[in-house]
Amino acid sequence: MTSTETGFLGRLSWDALPIAGLLQDPSANEIVANAAAGVVIVGVIAVVGLLSWFRLWTPLWRDWLTSVDHKKIGIMYVVFAIVMLARGVLEGVVMRAQQAAGPGDGFLEAEHFAELFSTHGTIMIFFVAVPFVFGIANYVVPLMIGARDVAFPRLNQISLGLTVSAGMMLMVSLVVGRFSTGGWTAYPPYTGAAFNPGVGPDYWIWAIVVSGIGTTLTGINFAVTIYKMRAPGMTFMRLPMYCWTIICSSILIVFAMPPLGVAALMLAADRYLDFHFFTNDLGGNMMNYANLFWLFGHPEVYLLVLPAYGIYSEVFATFSAKRLYGYNSLVIATMSIAVLSFTVWLHHFFTMGQSALINAVFGIATMLIAIPTGVKVYDWMATLWRGRIRFSVPMLYGLAFLMLFVIGGLSGVILANPTVDYQVHNTLFLVAHFHNVLLPGVLFGLLAAYNYWFPKAFGFRLNEFWGRATVALWTIGFLLTFMPLYFVGLMGMPRRSFSYDDPSFHPFMIVAIIGALVITCALFSVLIQLWVSIRDREKTRVPVGDPWDGRTLEWSIPSPPPPYNFAIIPQVKDRDDFAAAKERGIAYPTPDAYEDIELPRNTGIGFILCVFSGVWMFALVWWIWWLAALMTVLMILAVIIWTFDDSTEFTIAAEEVRRDHEAWLSLVHSERAVDRDYETSPENRGLARPDLEAVT
Amino acid sequence: MKRAPTHSYPGINLGERHASADKATEVVTFGFWVFLMSDLVYFGLMFAIYITMIDAQAGGPGPHELFDLKSVFAQTLILLTSSLTVGLAMLALKYNLPRGRIILWFGVTLLLGLSFLVLELRDFMAMAEKGGVPQRSGFLSAFFGLVPLHGLHVAAGCLWLIVLGIQLRAKGMTDLIISRVVRLALFWHFLDLIWIGIITIVYFGGLTYG
Repeated sequence: MTSTETGFLGRLSWDALPIAGLLQDPSANEIVANAAAGVVIVGVIAVVGLLSWFRLWTPLWRDWLTSVDHKKIGIMYVVFAIVMLARGVLEGVVMRAQQAAGPGDGFLEAEHFAELFSTHGTIMIFFVAVPFVFGIANYVVPLMIGARDVAFPRLNQISLGLTVSAGMMLMVSLVVGRFSTGGWTAYPPYTGAAFNPGVGPDYWIWAIVVSGIGTTLTGINFAVTIYKMRAPGMTFMRLPMYCWTIICSSILIVFAMPPLGVAALMLAADRYLDFHFFTNDLGGNMMNYANLFWLFGHPEVYLLVLPAYGIYSEVFATFSAKRLYGYNSLVIATMSIAVLSFTVWLHHFFTMGQSALINAVFGIATMLIAIPTGVKVYDWMATLWRGRIRFSVPMLYGLAFLMLFVIGGLSGVILANPTVDYQVHNTLFLVAHFHNVLLPGVLFGLLAAYNYWFPKAFGFRLNEFWGRATVALWTIGFLLTFMPLYFVGLMGMPRRSFSYDDPSFHPFMIVAIIGALVITCALFSVLIQLWVSIRDREKTRVPVGDPWDGRTLEWSIPSPPPPYNFAIIPQVKDRDDFAAAKERGIAYPTPDAYEDIELPRNTGIGFILCVFSGVWMFALVWWIWWLAALMTVLMILAVIIWTFDDSTEFTIAAEEVRRDHEAWLSLVHSERAVDRDYETSPENRGLARPDLEAVT
Repeated sequence: MKRAPTHSYPGINLGERHASADKATEVVTFGFWVFLMSDLVYFGLMFAIYITMIDAQAGGPGPHELFDLKSVFAQTLILLTSSLTVGLAMLALKYNLPRGRIILWFGVTLLLGLSFLVLELRDFMAMAEKGGVPQRSGFLSAFFGLVPLHGLHVAAGCLWLIVLGIQLRAKGMTDLIISRVVRLALFWHFLDLIWIGIITIVYFGGLTYG
């Protein structure tokens, strides 16, 4: 509450550092906390040291931080997501270890355990899944629709800046103070000032508000990009399935992020200004929070999983060498899911006092979602049917997804029944369910996308062996970790509980920690794959740009693509335009003439807003009012000054475009086309021989 | 008035460069519409919260003690007039009048916007004197979560009027500036629309059901 007297540094003091806790009480709990803080600090020092050692500060600033190229912004999103993924996974392992320690209190304190599940959820949803999904979308969507960039490239950079600064708040909370213990949903009144006066919920609030703004801007950007920037001839029914899912996802963002922002800001008003939106006294009503949060929260899971569906659609079609089966029905199913996702939010709190009738309505609405999802699963299987399937890494992720996701989906239908939900809600059954949809659904999809589009982005393929090992480790790790949770959930083990008494849970917890360790290996395997692939990159180069016999426009350009993507904006004549062109032997046309290309110029605004908003959040969390006010003014001024700069574009001369494009075309004509038997061999230089038998 | 062959946006006059500038303007204007729709969801939710909390007065002062309809009437007139003056700025743009005319109408709009804010602040202070502060009850929290949010938007619009007025003077009628004028006008009309919701739901609705 603001009435409290605060000094120059607000409520910040030395006690906020974890080392203070360790000095007072050297327990396992404090050692874990300090180790986590230490990793953050060592990580920052290592990054700064490496950048200085290799003299990379200037290139970092010039080529990356100030870049507005959608491809580079996409890569930065993915790197950020993978860093956060590492933290999220490790937190999950610590939680599993706590419960595997057996009945009793384990080695963590209750509060520390609560922090772990709060940051784990917040990070995995907002700072792994969202940036990973939109990192891939950033890279791929403009290439797929034949555009030179997104609709608002500078806004795109600002979105990245805000997402990263919000994610940094979670890192800062490891070192200075404590994060929230209120779960990723942060329900008041527990997170209100009366019960939780510390800084934890404030870290959560501001990270959510700022990243939410960034995500909203991204949603607007991608909706407009796909509506308005498509190449001539690319009608909506010729749009690649992945772009359809991104447009649905963007629509979900535009309409579903506001409830989250509203809920978090109202909670902030309660905490900072003594409002009574969600308090227990003076007319506050926490049910408003639950409704607002899940009005966002349910569309959120679809805005994450729909793009993964889109990725699988591309992967299944490409690696079966077939046109996607049931395109129209997939489009309708995607749109239906997007609409239905707004009608089911109440199933997240069946037990919180509505009438049976209302519960029944929302339960039925929830079950309805299984229909379009089922349509999709059958469409994908029909795509595989009689295809010439190659069991490449993305395809393996896809197959694992098909089998595991159906289990997760069905346990969702079980939970959609309010009477069943009364029995298993707030147990580990629920935890098993949503990990069962989010891992095989979203994460496997994103990893498939990473393997699938990596050669497009960097010009060489990822290592096949380590890719397969990673798929196996993720799949086995997932099964071992989360299948036992279904059983203990049915046996009544509550979620989010740091201790338990019933010894019959213990064997399941042992299996789960083994699974968690396998998942850790999977995480390392991702990094090893990257390392090995970079080391062997000369053997896997694909400069022509089409290593998988791809079907959509992004494969029709060099790998890595030039800054302007397309030397000539393509004229789209077919749904799988590039596949059709290859079939008819008219791929890689030589253009008659080239034009000057205008591209957006670099700007520092995204980075500036990233820093200012980061300091602003920190100041608000710690009640350093003068600093928060200063940062508010600086952010407004930065934006105003930036709008005065109207030399926002630069031109690449037609001559330069012609030179580069002709050099690439002569490479295309000199390379030998390989068929699919040589897909993973060094002969595959990215020129595909169409598989005529399978095409017809 | 000179007419370009295709007018996607009849209200805009981009002159000679209409064809090439049209595409860019179409993209940003559409993007701004999408942003407004997202913003509309914010307001829609705050309206919903207000409706659920009309009864949550916790023994504190309610709509009948706090609302001053005369002042609300004055604010409504001022804000609706400001929508007219922004419209006049758009007409000046359409009929190729000198940019001074646009700046003039911007100035008038700014004055109206500021007087609206002054009246609104006076209302809030009068409410506070009667004990109507947001810390008093859930109902008042919902009121102060919604109405000042609109006021904040008006303040942002005023700041935008000033900045864009300066840019109009400094840079002249470039395509970029013209498209900003179009978007500012959209924003301003949007604020009016929200205000109509506020007088109906917050004030009339509050007095009827509170």
